[in-house]
Amino acid sequence: MKNILARNRHLTQRLGFTLITLMAFATVIPIVAVVIYILIQGVPAISFEFLTGFPRDGMRAGGILPAIVGTIYLTIGTAIFSVPLGIAAAIYLSEYSSDTPLTRTIRIAIINLAGIPSVVYGLFGLGLFVLFLNFGTSILAASLTLSIMTLPVIISTAEEALRAVPQAFRTVSISLGATRWQTIRRIVVKEALPGILTGVILGLERAAGETAPILFTGAAFFLPRLPGSPFDATMALPYHLFVISTQVPEMPIQIQYGTALVLLVFVLSMNLIATVIRSRARAKRQW
Amino acid sequence: MVDKIIVQNLSLQYSDGTESLRDVSLNIRKEAVTVLFGPADGGKSTLLRCLNRLNDLTEVKTASGQILIDGVNVLDPKLDVIALRRKVGMVFARPVVLPMSIRENLTYGLELAGEKRRAKLDEAVERSLKLAAIWEEVKDRLDSPAIALSGGQQQRVCLARVLALQPEVILLDEPTSGLDPISTGKVESALQELKKEYTIILVPHSVQQAARTADYAAFFLQGELVEYGDGKMMFTTPHDKRTEDYITGRFG
Repeated sequence: MKNILARNRHLTQRLGFTLITLMAFATVIPIVAVVIYILIQGVPAISFEFLTGFPRDGMRAGGILPAIVGTIYLTIGTAIFSVPLGIAAAIYLSEYSSDTPLTRTIRIAIINLAGIPSVVYGLFGLGLFVLFLNFGTSILAASLTLSIMTLPVIISTAEEALRAVPQAFRTVSISLGATRWQTIRRIVVKEALPGILTGVILGLERAAGETAPILFTGAAFFLPRLPGSPFDATMALPYHLFVISTQVPEMPIQIQYGTALVLLVFVLSMNLIATVIRSRARAKRQW
Repeated sequence: MVDKIIVQNLSLQYSDGTESLRDVSLNIRKEAVTVLFGPADGGKSTLLRCLNRLNDLTEVKTASGQILIDGVNVLDPKLDVIALRRKVGMVFARPVVLPMSIRENLTYGLELAGEKRRAKLDEAVERSLKLAAIWEEVKDRLDSPAIALSGGQQQRVCLARVLALQPEVILLDEPTSGLDPISTGKVESALQELKKEYTIILVPHSVQQAARTADYAAFFLQGELVEYGDGKMMFTTPHDKRTEDYITGRFG
């Protein structure tokens, strides 16, 4: 009798492990499937002309250069606004603030900011940047809108990275006659930098792939030339993909998948950079 | 013998209600090792952290009394704390080397103080590593990460890092608590050398260490200074019953 019970326990455990393992694999399948499917469908569309040419024949032929360049511009524009602001906010929250009603309000605001649907950001950007501040449908307005959306990601990951730096380093630095600011600059930020960069890249990557926030604020259906100033509208990969998938009749399917592939590669390579930075920093870290 | 530090009626309470000091007064002699000992939460570390104003980093509820170092009240809110911390160096219980090379650890404080001349920095590195009895062990790898050293070596680098700033007072908060007996011996003998020039205040990690190192000893119990006097006397013929009980191991 005892023996059977023991065997049963063993069986239950094996069954449990097997189930959990299978479920873990099951979650990976969709991700891998998406990448493989888009690769297979998209690779035939990729050519030199596709990457460096302008769309022709009502976007049914030619390349997607303006969309690629536009996405790069928007990513850079977003970085210009969100990175300094986000890091400054993170430093304030992690290093300077104590637990007061004000900082609690800031934290709640950040958490809630992260939960707002991206299309709401788009409408907000339309109201504030495009109309009220009169930036027009432009790279500037779209970048600002994307920045607001990206800020919570950057702030929370950067704050986490700063907090991970051992408290003892701060105490020792202060005890050696450093000011708080010297300690932050020379020790804390230096040690947290890889973590901060990872957060920045992940935030920007999300911005690069978003459609809704730029829909009303900066995205153009079609432009015959590249944008020349921050006040020009621009084509962008995610919006272009939406357009050619839904708005253009008789669209050759491989151009859609080609565009999707380029966007995927753009975003995944940012991801890869973040991963490389993180693992290299982890290997070099001295604590 | 001259009094370097005069503590007068110092009382302190932290906001979270932990370890505090109650009306502590004592004079600390120059060029000697003064040991602050007693059971945990007796106020020893609190007193140390008042001396270099590291308590500024903690939430202090109330503080009264004064601490004079060379006649200057260091609790004065207008005091230049940066200058104070260069003058009153501190070694912590756990060796904390900064995430940089051995050399950079030593020059960190000096560079913050504005020293840029390479020759001066090199000289300070060598001088202070020798004083901390670690020069021979690290002289060939000054530019490798300090974290690669053993715990005992790291702690002596931490001591050297304090010495590089040419302080006048050195505070040591259980500096050997995580070290093996050999490393502990090296730190203790370094202190015996250092006391010829510096005012040393040590919170020992055991009564035995207190007895070995103390020129003067102060026994703290629950925030109060119970007994203070000559080290040899304290550990052979203590006056207070509580001191005797603690030294003989009846509690603690």
